[in-house]
Amino acid sequence: MAETAQPAADTHALVIRGLRKEYRRGVPVLRDISIAFPSRGITAVIGPSGTGKSTLIRCINRLVEPTAGQILFRGVDLAPLRGKALREARRRIGMVFQEYNLVERLTVMENVLSGRLGYVPPLKAWLRKYPQKDINAAWELLDSVGLTAFANQRADALSGGQRQRVGIARAVMQDPELLLADEPTSSLDPKTSVEIMELLVALAESRRIPVILNIHNVPLAKRFATHVIGMAGGSVVYDGPPDGLTDDHLKTIYGGEDWLE
Amino acid sequence: MTSNTIQARPPAFLPNWPARLAWLALAAYAFYAASILDVTWDRFVLGLEHGVKFIGRMLPPEVEASKMALMLRGLYETLEIAVISSALGIALSLPIGLFAARNLMPAWITWPMRFLIALCRSFHQVIIAILFVKAVGFGALAGILALTVASIGFIAKLFAEAIEEISLKQVEAIRATGAPFMNVISYGVMPQVLSRFIGFATYQFDSNLRNSTMVGIVGAGGIGGTMFAAFQKFDYDYLLTILLAIIAMIMVSEALQNWIKKLYQ
Repeated sequence: MAETAQPAADTHALVIRGLRKEYRRGVPVLRDISIAFPSRGITAVIGPSGTGKSTLIRCINRLVEPTAGQILFRGVDLAPLRGKALREARRRIGMVFQEYNLVERLTVMENVLSGRLGYVPPLKAWLRKYPQKDINAAWELLDSVGLTAFANQRADALSGGQRQRVGIARAVMQDPELLLADEPTSSLDPKTSVEIMELLVALAESRRIPVILNIHNVPLAKRFATHVIGMAGGSVVYDGPPDGLTDDHLKTIYGGEDWLE
Repeated sequence: MTSNTIQARPPAFLPNWPARLAWLALAAYAFYAASILDVTWDRFVLGLEHGVKFIGRMLPPEVEASKMALMLRGLYETLEIAVISSALGIALSLPIGLFAARNLMPAWITWPMRFLIALCRSFHQVIIAILFVKAVGFGALAGILALTVASIGFIAKLFAEAIEEISLKQVEAIRATGAPFMNVISYGVMPQVLSRFIGFATYQFDSNLRNSTMVGIVGAGGIGGTMFAAFQKFDYDYLLTILLAIIAMIMVSEALQNWIKKLYQ
């Protein structure tokens, strides 16, 4: 793993060293991956289904337990954290999900405010007694994702695109230092996908939040990303700017070439 | 020769001989058992005649003031037993059911909880009521304890099963915000199961109301005692009054339940 220059943790949003994940012993899904994610902009992780993109992103906020390796976030290794320390790390990292993962039976406003659940103590959260500052921020976010009129509707009444807007608002509500997005557009139609990407990029840029984005749609990745990581078979096979991504790289990443026509 | 050119295909549905034999055996045994127990048509017709006489003696229902007052006191105690045991049962079922859910809790918590639930379910309310009458004496307390146990057995079991069926994606999203355990429960889990929990709880209240009319028979308080006494004194017109009052009470509770369920849809 002889990296010539160890990337300094503070100039990167996140540094991963030797990350390995085995769901079954001896069958690694991630093979000792090392990546330094830039501290600004959108980093797209591309690759075929089943190559470990989701596992990678879930190892970062420890929704999946890594088998080995380091995840350095602001100089702290997240991999060994437990209990309160882990929760405090998680609340600084927002996450957007492929299937939105909204709490269906809660209102849009409740879903957005649930981004503050790492800060608001249980009794107050249960009684919906959020600090006024949080409530103001939630209204502002609803304005910027265009769902102010839906604040008191239940999440299960919304369309896919609207749900993902709520999902993004919930993640940004955490006021995170890093935003993870796991295939945020895969369940959406092409037009809505572009709108969601535009929204995500605009919100992240205006708040200077670096984004790590899993996406298997290469044109979307090239269009919105400022940096691209290509993965295949649980390893990183490309790490560079979107312009540098050639058909040869794509062949290595996805295999075959007929689909490139 | 056409039948040879078109290849003979196997039948689409195969006969299930073991199942057919089992049904046949069940029917045969039911007839055999009926003959052993002297269940005959003649006896049934004779019984109907007795029944008509019995109903004739019930009419008209008793409305004498002191007896009505006695009945209302009994009914009121029955209602109290049902309300208190339901409230206790619901309050205890919430944590017990939560700790018994295998998708949220480790095995060393769920196993004792599931054992506790199984214990609560293993006996009929009347048997538990008899045990409590022996333990704490005659009266409403025994009935309350017996029906609380029954409530835990029912609500906690179904609540745990409801939790085991929730979408873990929603839970995952709340965990990802760094929320502490209690916030994950109140935002990730409870919204998904609350309406079902309300359903189980109101159903159990209804059940407690009916069962609390019965625990009185073994001396655990409520209208059941009065009803049993009326039976034994052949006071059938008074019995009818009590039965009608119980039916009215159950119907009111049914309407109330529907209203509560709508509230939590």
